[in-house]
Amino acid sequence: MNPQTKPAVIEMQDATVCALRDVTLPVAEHINWRVGLGEFWVVAGRQQTGKSDLLLTAAGLLPPLAGTCRLLGLDTRAFGEAEPAERLRVGLVFANDRLFGHMTLGENIALPLRYQRNLTAPEAEHEIRDLLELLELTPFAEAAPANVSRDWLRRAALARALVLQPEVLLCDHPLGGLSPRHRQWWPDFLDQLGRGHKALGGRPVTVVVTTEELSPWQHPDRRYALLRDKQFLPLGSWAELAGTDDPVLKELLAAPPANPL
Amino acid sequence: MQKNLAKALEFADSDLLRNAPLPRSYTDFLGRKLFLFLLTLQGVGAFSLITLGVLLRKYRAAAKVVHPLIRREIHRSGTALLPMFVLVALGLGFLVVGQTVSALAKVGAINYFSSTMVIVVVRELGPLLTAMLLLARVGAAHVIELGTARALGEVEALEALGIDPVHYLIVPRVIGMMAGVFSLTVYLILGALASGYLCAFLQGVGLTPGDYVQQLAGALSWQDFVFLALKTLIFGFCIAVVTCYHGLAQPLRLEDVSRVAVRAVTQGVGLCVLVDAVFIGLYFLS
Repeated sequence: MNPQTKPAVIEMQDATVCALRDVTLPVAEHINWRVGLGEFWVVAGRQQTGKSDLLLTAAGLLPPLAGTCRLLGLDTRAFGEAEPAERLRVGLVFANDRLFGHMTLGENIALPLRYQRNLTAPEAEHEIRDLLELLELTPFAEAAPANVSRDWLRRAALARALVLQPEVLLCDHPLGGLSPRHRQWWPDFLDQLGRGHKALGGRPVTVVVTTEELSPWQHPDRRYALLRDKQFLPLGSWAELAGTDDPVLKELLAAPPANPL
Repeated sequence: MQKNLAKALEFADSDLLRNAPLPRSYTDFLGRKLFLFLLTLQGVGAFSLITLGVLLRKYRAAAKVVHPLIRREIHRSGTALLPMFVLVALGLGFLVVGQTVSALAKVGAINYFSSTMVIVVVRELGPLLTAMLLLARVGAAHVIELGTARALGEVEALEALGIDPVHYLIVPRVIGMMAGVFSLTVYLILGALASGYLCAFLQGVGLTPGDYVQQLAGALSWQDFVFLALKTLIFGFCIAVVTCYHGLAQPLRLEDVSRVAVRAVTQGVGLCVLVDAVFIGLYFLS
């Protein structure tokens, strides 16, 4: 299907994204971006270019300073107020996981399910069993986040985002600080989600990831964009960006794998 | 709701005022303090209304998640502090009530003893002391917990999961604090009156337990019970709202948390004294 004919899942028009820490500070301006249903987008950029803020804006957690941002056809300014149910159609994996330190990994993953469906802890535990198995998290379910490596914390954050079976998945810098095995696992698994995974009832999920290194995300079917100097530049497919002369893009294409912390 | 909350309460102006250079005159100083006071009042007022709205609208929502949190907070602000309050009640009884009884006996004014006790312990010292102790013991912990959660981005994480932070984080703390201040005040008053009598008895004041209880009962009116309940519930609400407001409503960095905790406790004390003054006025009017 032609990308333009797919229904828009995320649509920004002349949007200005602000920083979460200072909502008066623009980090990217005049963004025109359309993410179609089932597409897989990779948004690249150096550190501190506003990638996380862009995702928060796309998720409806941060209103744009100017312009509009529509998610699943709704203006994100209304998210959480007029349309609380719409929030649940979007999953967000934060760059630093943001798991709750006073809960176990299993409790973290079950929390949204318990809250939204009013379940007791044992009921929720039963519900998330398959998801834990799928993401190989079962051995860590009873562990506190402080006692688990970053690789598994990141997967737990993914499980927490997937537990409500979202239609859109936004992952902020998912490969940052991961070990090689996990760095390989993430693009493969997100690809499966994009195509439709049994964990989400076989329904294709629209995926957007941010990154500081493009090479792990190389794929002919993915679409790419660059955040640079407060500008958002849609780049097209891998074939279109591979022959670039842009120094920033070259740097991101050649970026070595980040060391696990 | 959450977004409005964040937007409504992010007071860049407030920071500007706080970080401004030293004032050049007393009028500048007073003006700055007045603006800060009004800004805080506006923020806390808005936060209170939002909290009340969520409390009423979502009390039954996600009950299997939020109600256990409410019970935990009631334990934390109430039953867990009972041993400490028994000791405080004993101290209060020996230091204040016993002293007053013996002083009144020395000047032959023992007939005024019961009304003095009611005014000192039931109306003033009991509720205010309980509120101060809970503010220091639990309120400060609220600011630090919520401030840390805010600084670590856990509040955004809750919003991303479709969980209302006010419902999940604030409502249990408000209910727990209200229940804690009310019930611990009752225990503190009972303990202080009992230990006060014990102290007076040890000093040889000729008053039987029956006479003591009878005098106390005669000095109490229905307003005392109603105002005691109202005052303690309002103290609990104010403490919880002020501490949660400072912990949650404004963007924080980890290094800001201790500063904000001090500010919250100071404002909590001020607010409780203000509420107490209003109740003194109500006592006079009634």
